[in-house]
Amino acid sequence: MYATAVFLPLLGSLIAGVLAFISPPPDDKVRRATFDRAAQWVTCGFMVISMILAIAIFSEVALGGNPVTVTLFTWIESGALEVNWALKVDTLTAVMLIVVTVVSCMVHIYSVGYMHHDTSIPRFMSYLSLFTFFMLMLVTSDNLIQLFFGWEGVGLASYLLIGFWYNKPSANAAAIKAFVVNRVGDFGFALGIFTVFVLFDTVHLDTIFSAAPTMADATIVAFGGEYHALTVACLLLFVGAMGKSAQLGLHTWLPDAMEGPTPVSALIHAATMVTAGVFMVARLSPLFEFSETALAVVTIIGASTAIFAATVGCTQNDIKRVIAYSTCSQLGYMFFACGVSAYSAGIFHLMTHAFFKALLFLGAGSVIHAMSDEQDMRRMGGIWKMVPVTYALMWIGSIALMGLGIPGLDLGFAGYFSKDVILEAAYAAHTGVGGYAYWMGIAAAFLTAFYSGRLLFMTFHGAPRADETTMAHVHESPKVMILPLLVLAAGAILAGGLGYGYFVGYGTVEFWGNSILALESHPALEHAHHVPLWVKLSPLVVGFGGLGLSFVMYVLLPGLPAKVAGAFRPVYLFLLNKWYFDELYDRVFVRPAFVLGRGLWKAGDGAVIDGVGPDGLAAATRDIARRFSRVQSGFVFHYAFAMLIGVVGLISLYLLTKVG
Amino acid sequence: MTGIPILSILIALPLAGVLFILAVRGDAATVANNSRKLALWTSGIAFVLSIYLWADFDPSTAAFQFVEKHPWMPDFGVNYHLGVDGISMLFVMLTTLLTPLCILASWESIKTHVKEFMIAFLVLESLMIGMFSALDLVLFYLFFEGVLIPMFLIIGVWGGPRRVYSAFKFFLYTLLGSVLMLLAMLAMYFDAGTTDVPTLMTHTFPTALQPWLFLAFFASFAVKVPMWPVHTWLPDAHVEAPTAGSVILAGVLLKFGGYGFLRYSLPMFPEATVMFTPLVFTLSIIAVIYTSLVALAQEDMKKLIAYSSVAHMGFVTVGTFTLTVQGIEGAIYQMLSHGIVSAALFLIVGVVYDRLHSRQIDDYGGLVHRMPAYAVVFMVFMLASVGLPGTGGFVGEFLVLVGVFQVNTWVAAFTATGVILGAVYMLYLYRRVIFGQLTKESLLKMADLSRREAAVFLPLLVLTIWMGVYPTSFLDVMHVSVENLIQQFETALAAADGTALALR
Repeated sequence: MYATAVFLPLLGSLIAGVLAFISPPPDDKVRRATFDRAAQWVTCGFMVISMILAIAIFSEVALGGNPVTVTLFTWIESGALEVNWALKVDTLTAVMLIVVTVVSCMVHIYSVGYMHHDTSIPRFMSYLSLFTFFMLMLVTSDNLIQLFFGWEGVGLASYLLIGFWYNKPSANAAAIKAFVVNRVGDFGFALGIFTVFVLFDTVHLDTIFSAAPTMADATIVAFGGEYHALTVACLLLFVGAMGKSAQLGLHTWLPDAMEGPTPVSALIHAATMVTAGVFMVARLSPLFEFSETALAVVTIIGASTAIFAATVGCTQNDIKRVIAYSTCSQLGYMFFACGVSAYSAGIFHLMTHAFFKALLFLGAGSVIHAMSDEQDMRRMGGIWKMVPVTYALMWIGSIALMGLGIPGLDLGFAGYFSKDVILEAAYAAHTGVGGYAYWMGIAAAFLTAFYSGRLLFMTFHGAPRADETTMAHVHESPKVMILPLLVLAAGAILAGGLGYGYFVGYGTVEFWGNSILALESHPALEHAHHVPLWVKLSPLVVGFGGLGLSFVMYVLLPGLPAKVAGAFRPVYLFLLNKWYFDELYDRVFVRPAFVLGRGLWKAGDGAVIDGVGPDGLAAATRDIARRFSRVQSGFVFHYAFAMLIGVVGLISLYLLTKVG
Repeated sequence: MTGIPILSILIALPLAGVLFILAVRGDAATVANNSRKLALWTSGIAFVLSIYLWADFDPSTAAFQFVEKHPWMPDFGVNYHLGVDGISMLFVMLTTLLTPLCILASWESIKTHVKEFMIAFLVLESLMIGMFSALDLVLFYLFFEGVLIPMFLIIGVWGGPRRVYSAFKFFLYTLLGSVLMLLAMLAMYFDAGTTDVPTLMTHTFPTALQPWLFLAFFASFAVKVPMWPVHTWLPDAHVEAPTAGSVILAGVLLKFGGYGFLRYSLPMFPEATVMFTPLVFTLSIIAVIYTSLVALAQEDMKKLIAYSSVAHMGFVTVGTFTLTVQGIEGAIYQMLSHGIVSAALFLIVGVVYDRLHSRQIDDYGGLVHRMPAYAVVFMVFMLASVGLPGTGGFVGEFLVLVGVFQVNTWVAAFTATGVILGAVYMLYLYRRVIFGQLTKESLLKMADLSRREAAVFLPLLVLTIWMGVYPTSFLDVMHVSVENLIQQFETALAAADGTALALR
């Protein structure tokens, strides 16, 4: 069951890949459609089976409390380093399996409708399934190296899918950027794995976890100093998490990744892959728990990302980019939850977020589809009556994202439960960084509500700003696209209320079992349930405040945003240009690398090494030879003269030695 | 010791093929055609025979296997002595695998002097196998240097416009090192009184002599690897060499250096090895970062891949000198996987070069529209080159880094930056060649991989994935030999420390 659930998507991917290859040329539309259909059936069918298996696994492992590890075969064995291909399924993994397979399955089905007009359907389905396989390998890993395999694998799938439309230079650039920025993160991840290996002599997770307490005070000599060993390991590993989960500094690839088809954005860049970093920190909680410094760094980075991305999200005009920054910001919440040791709250938010963010992305896709591939919200508006279902679904997703709900009655959509518990845990941590996270989180919640409202009002309300042909074509999406949205909407509404008890409520200890560790000295989650009322109420207040403000600015007084932007022009530009991160990196890393490469090539290899080395030697040899060759002039009197000098010289020598 | 002298047969077989080719008669076309077929058959049979080598190999012992020992120059104690262990056996396999593929790849691209080309290639194969299995200094030197001759001819005769310059550069660089190595060998003979490699491996050379011997060997091996700053012959040689020449150069010849370190420098001069390790680390780090940046600026596909080879071989030298199990096994693994992957990448350049006769990246773009199969093959090897887990490239790099991290974290961190830079230049290359709109007139008629080309890539493709998913098949072979190497090294070092202490 376990292996089948993981490997079915790979099989589907391979079959669809072969179909992509043998499918007839584009002009043979009828036969080509058969191949497209076959690829869709195979990949979607396998995904459905995989999803059903994942649900079965969830009930067996998480609800039944039976963690399992299936060892497949040896992967790498070298000295003390022993790595197996294995599937480790505990509650944490089971939750991820559900999230990944459900969202992936919905996205597969949705793509049938969304990619209807595309010319490479089998290739697209193949990539989607390939991604799912890597993601499942990632979450089922029982050692750090297989985790790394899945980690880089999803990066590859992301690269392929961002650059899916390879005719577009911008898509190709975004794909490379995503891969390379992730590689920077993976650089840290890899060094983290090496540190762990040096400390524990193994990369097997369970062995590491059981030995971790004994390493709590160990130090390691690395990078020119002696440091707390687990802090070094955790910080390096966290760099990897920052790359994959687009945290402040390594976030620049995520907004650009929106170049990919929208189902990809929903699956990879919202629901699953980008949350891998959060999963990793939760998975490695038995290590992070022993390093206060690492936890503090996680909290600060998470909270800063939450607020940073929210500010940028308020000014973007591309509907997908708004949601992308929103994702970035929500990932920040998950991280600072982990940072205050409320890992289960982080994973809880990961799950609810997967539903409502996938819903928002796919809903946005539905809008884009309706608007003839328009993504700029400035050219939308006034369409809510024409796409009522999409409109309603977007509201559901947005309310879930804003986290609106009534604390006393515990009534609200999914995001309300998970986001509030994170904020409460941050407050309840009673640490400096926890407080920072709480206030940043509250501020970000305000902005979240604002940009969500802005997105809804700009997209659906007001006067239509698109041209007439586009407006005439606006239509509700086909059933095959709406159906997955309904499933996700159900998740976005219910997942929070249903999951609360298990994930963060009274059943939490039993539910998680050994899969997550929070030391008793880190009781933030437990205390989260006993925070003052104002702490519980403030997310709600700022939520309505943000929504209200967006209503005023984009519905009541449509001229206001422009005036505000004009009045605070530098701030507006700073936000619009995403804090100038891209420009900075371009100046500091990208361009210098090319200049340096050219310089080293021409000056280093060309002038210095070759100039002094082989070419220099050859030139010198030739030069000397030329001088000597001049002696051989061919005139007899030259030779005679030389002989004469020789004779004179010899006689002189003879005389000098004999006589003297 | 088995009854069949398999190694001698492997060395002799290509030479027998040469004799057959020499006997071919007829008009030019017939001769060319028959030489091709004969060369392919010979090298194919050699490959099949070498499978026997692997099948019959006993991975539980570090001793040399398939040993053959016959007196050659008894007055000097020089023997014709062959044998392989867990370190060298896979390199013999690599050689026998790549040679038939190279011959297949030159089927149509070599049009002039086909007969001579095939002869040169078979001689080359014979010498390469000899070099990996030689267990006598004199014999080793003959093979090691002899390889230069056919390679020099392959570049110089069948190369591009600047072939003569490149061939001479290649020859001069490698010769300079060789002369020094010859001197060192003489010194070793006078000190130890034998040229027998297994004996020399246990012989302890005087502490004062070791650095000189080490440096002399280093001069030769570093050029072959190639290490920075003696790498500049490689890009030129690759650019001018015909495709098959590049393949064998990157696939096998570069491994001579890494193999040399493992067979000679480490076991014979342990004290000097420890002494010069910082130098090797420094040069390797420079190689990794410097050549990766240079690769980024290249406009010529072959040159780019050549520079990437230097960077990848930087991992090998780092791994070798960590003297940890993971480091050395990683280095060997990296050499093997680089042998497959870089060979494939040069073949990939060869495919489009055969069609358009240009290696300039700017002349291409959007090839995926016309050549989807080619794009997939290129993608796989591009990913293997950047060390994606699941491909052969990952295991070697990763093990090397695991090894070096235990020795020096800074070296590990600097070397690991190569993993980032590698992704940059390879993805950038791939994008410029494969992706984008197909706008260039000259590319509209490009045909996808032919059956022959597909047949060349298929085994490499399978191997790359195999090496990435189940590296155990290859690592198992080397475990015992590598552990033995490290153990002997440490014993020798401990003994040397003992004497040093006693002298104090």
